[in-house]
Amino acid sequence: MHKFFIRSFVSSLVLLFTFTVAAIAKDVKAAFVYIGPTGDHGWTYQHDVGRKAVEAAGFKTTYVEGVPESADAERVLRQLANSGHDVIFTTSFGYMNPTNKVAKEFPNVKFEHATGYKREHPNVSTYAARFYEGRTILGTIAGTMTKSNVIGYVASFPIPEVIRGINSFTLAAQKVNPNIKTKIVWAFTWYDPGKEAEAAKALIDQGADVIAQHTDSTAIVQMAEKAGVYAFGQASDMDKFAPKAVLTSVENNWGPYYVDRVKAVANGTWSQKDTWHGIGDGMVVISDLDSQMPADLRSKVKKLQADLASGKVHSFTGPIYDQKGNLMVAEGKTADDGMLAGMMTYVKGVEGDIPK
Amino acid sequence: MIKIVKRDQPSRAIFFFTPVLAIFLTLVAGGLIFFILGFKPFEALKFFFIVPIADKYGFSELLLKATPLCLIAIGLSFCFKSNNWNIGAEGQLTFGAIVSGGVALLFYEQEGFYILPIVILAGAIGGMLYASIPAILKTYFNTNEILVSLMLVYVSKLILDYLVVGPWSNPEGFNFPETRQFSDSAKLPLLFEGLRIHAGIFLALAAVVISWFVFYKTYLGFQMKVSGFSLKTAKYAGYKGKKMIILVFLISGACAGLAGVGEITGPIGQLHREISPDYGFTAIIVAFLGRLHPVGIIFASLVVAITYLGAETAQIFMQIPKYTGQVFQGMILFFLLASDYLLFFKFKFIGSKK
Repeated sequence: MHKFFIRSFVSSLVLLFTFTVAAIAKDVKAAFVYIGPTGDHGWTYQHDVGRKAVEAAGFKTTYVEGVPESADAERVLRQLANSGHDVIFTTSFGYMNPTNKVAKEFPNVKFEHATGYKREHPNVSTYAARFYEGRTILGTIAGTMTKSNVIGYVASFPIPEVIRGINSFTLAAQKVNPNIKTKIVWAFTWYDPGKEAEAAKALIDQGADVIAQHTDSTAIVQMAEKAGVYAFGQASDMDKFAPKAVLTSVENNWGPYYVDRVKAVANGTWSQKDTWHGIGDGMVVISDLDSQMPADLRSKVKKLQADLASGKVHSFTGPIYDQKGNLMVAEGKTADDGMLAGMMTYVKGVEGDIPK
Repeated sequence: MIKIVKRDQPSRAIFFFTPVLAIFLTLVAGGLIFFILGFKPFEALKFFFIVPIADKYGFSELLLKATPLCLIAIGLSFCFKSNNWNIGAEGQLTFGAIVSGGVALLFYEQEGFYILPIVILAGAIGGMLYASIPAILKTYFNTNEILVSLMLVYVSKLILDYLVVGPWSNPEGFNFPETRQFSDSAKLPLLFEGLRIHAGIFLALAAVVISWFVFYKTYLGFQMKVSGFSLKTAKYAGYKGKKMIILVFLISGACAGLAGVGEITGPIGQLHREISPDYGFTAIIVAFLGRLHPVGIIFASLVVAITYLGAETAQIFMQIPKYTGQVFQGMILFFLLASDYLLFFKFKFIGSKK
């Protein structure tokens, strides 16, 4: 019941905010380019939730969904830049080169590219979330809840973002349960319900009783529900798709950042930057904790969440060893952003090799 | 009273009229769908079919989009005319792009006029090699080319995935699944400053002219036509069926491979996982909408290309879901197949005699 009150409190705050902002908002138009359909209940869905927050803040928005990362992306971007949009958010990695290309031709339009690293022109910013902080929480829960000590992990592509997630998850799980093993299946897709479900099934067949995922569909939690094992929601709160299986979800919360950046454009204070926000800045949000988790685990997770937010705890605190036993991070040290951004080795306790 | 009567012979006039009818019916049905969805139908159709090509840039984008569709469809018409059902143009496109992309990467950071022709040739050869698999399996092992060519599409995509994730990925690219950018010598030249339309359009136009010549002026074209009407007749006439099957597959594969080259050495400039938004499959609609006729295919590729552009414009300006573009493509094919009924049957109006 108290959830309801918090939600209504928050939404009335948002409403109040809306009215105040609507009065001062200039005629700034923001555009969003999506890789998938807005109804995917994962990556694109959450970006669209962020777009709605921008609308609620009194700005006009436009979006184009299902834009392939082929030659088509450039045309869509140019069309948006040409039709009076002041800031364009391109929400998939594959838009990186088209974004920079079009940005060069429209120096007065601001471009915000999610998860990329190229900022070739002063009107291009990049942003991403420290999802690995959320995975530290998931690892803690998985390590505590597993009985078979085998944890399954459906991964998308062997890029630093995903490797980092696997490592942070495994390190946290080992901390509460040194005997666990993380088994990985590479699905080589971000969104393919069929493939994802198959990957989850393969892991369950190998004895995994908790499944984590770094792909976007709800197929994995639904497969876990059917098999009677635990799972975690990805990108959005997936509890309603698998109420028994889902212990919690890591939500991507883009709204505050989007509102912030669009306002900066309106005020003329926008400048190029590279943003990497985590739990502390509210870009990564942990959904409600399921009541199947013991009370002491829940309070432990709450505390961990607060410590990650304040910076008291870092997901990658030494000593950290790789699979061969080489020291990656020394005792008492934490991994810096450079190391995190290029992370391409598994930590000890992850099974298998990174596909090459 | 109206009676439906079978025609003695399929009507030639109607053969070329039905695609126009299909497009017209698609517009009517599309308008109706917009109306039901709560949009003003004429305004929506305007944003769908007129606004996207109203300026120079839009028109260049239309040609850019139509180029691979036209090229692949021309290739497919060789197969389809002769009763060979090559459904795997998407795979031949992908494999052609892989081979030509590999060659382009070999010449990384090198300049020279000779690079581009080699890159283009490599793409055509790649497409031919890949198309030869279903062709050889069909001629020598009697397999079903529909199944083999279709399944090979997925194989080619997995090969591409493997290469861009692993051995060919950009060493400075943080392991993201993409290769380096090709050097300028490995890229097709742009035709106009500031527009994306590139020299690849000449490949498509050349394919149109050559195919017209082959279809209507050569013995091979005649053989294909006869095989298309009746395989038994072709055999009776003593045509070397196997040779022809392999030849049409090779032509088709080369065209698809060249379409792949056009994408990666044109607007994309590198290899990554999403080099084609299913051009190879959409080109099947184009081939049939164009009645497997070279000139028809030019028009059909423009019509289908505009459904892509229109869907984007309609979403930007009217918030119409972008996937309506695919609905339009589906409707065109549906109405075309449905109106083909008129080829073989006609309506007879019979006045009451009393």
